[in-house]
Amino acid sequence: MGQKTKLSAEDARQEIVITREFDLPLELLFKAYEEPELVEQWMGTKVIKLENKQHGSWQFETSDQQGNVVFQAHGVIHEFVPNERFTRTFEMGNAPFGVQLEFFEFEKLSEETSKLTMHIVFKSIAHRDQMLKIPFAQGLNMAHNRLQEIVNKLK
Amino acid sequence: MEIRRDVFQAIADPTRRAIIALLAMHAMTPGAIAGNFESSRQTISKHIQILTECELLRQEQNGREIYYHLNPVKIKEIAAFIEPFRKLWDERFDKLEAVMKNYKSKK
Repeated sequence: MGQKTKLSAEDARQEIVITREFDLPLELLFKAYEEPELVEQWMGTKVIKLENKQHGSWQFETSDQQGNVVFQAHGVIHEFVPNERFTRTFEMGNAPFGVQLEFFEFEKLSEETSKLTMHIVFKSIAHRDQMLKIPFAQGLNMAHNRLQEIVNKLK
Repeated sequence: MEIRRDVFQAIADPTRRAIIALLAMHAMTPGAIAGNFESSRQTISKHIQILTECELLRQEQNGREIYYHLNPVKIKEIAAFIEPFRKLWDERFDKLEAVMKNYKSKK
């Protein structure tokens, strides 16, 4: 299948690998991860801190309209090589998923295209599966809510 | 109605995943399954019971013997559970691409 974003999660391993080919030159793809204003635009979260250097740290936060924090994530940057790769830890605030180790690798495919490989290592297989299940559970919830809406309209 | 066990809980166990892997090749009797493990037959039979309750396995009577095989429908359901996660990233990356194309043309 010609899916742009590929995800591999092998059964007995506590890791996942996500790859994506972009219709963007390598430098632009890397910039999307490097510049706080750009990260904010595509991730839809506020960048509190993003120190792109070895031993730097980062912190993202998303608030709802009332100002309540609904998502918070943070970690440290272990290695940062512009236009090539970076390694960081990732931990979600107030969530039971533990710390993840993330390896990002950027590759030039042609002048106008590039590829990103995200390799995420979890504390355990159970932690990984828990994380993978969130959108699945949300999808079920959304389907359920949608169904509820339709049912309500029928009343 | 009896409350069903969580399918994901069922496959989180390494022994149960090994049983699924064995049965992926061909249907087997409980004895033949247990023969592949060091654990007691009772332990393995408990695992088989959990997998059956989750409908991951199906029993078939063949003469005097009971054979277990995989339920492909249920297995497919599990395989599909990572799809929403992939989709989430696919959408995020589409956004990234759009944001950066816009950024490029503005420069």
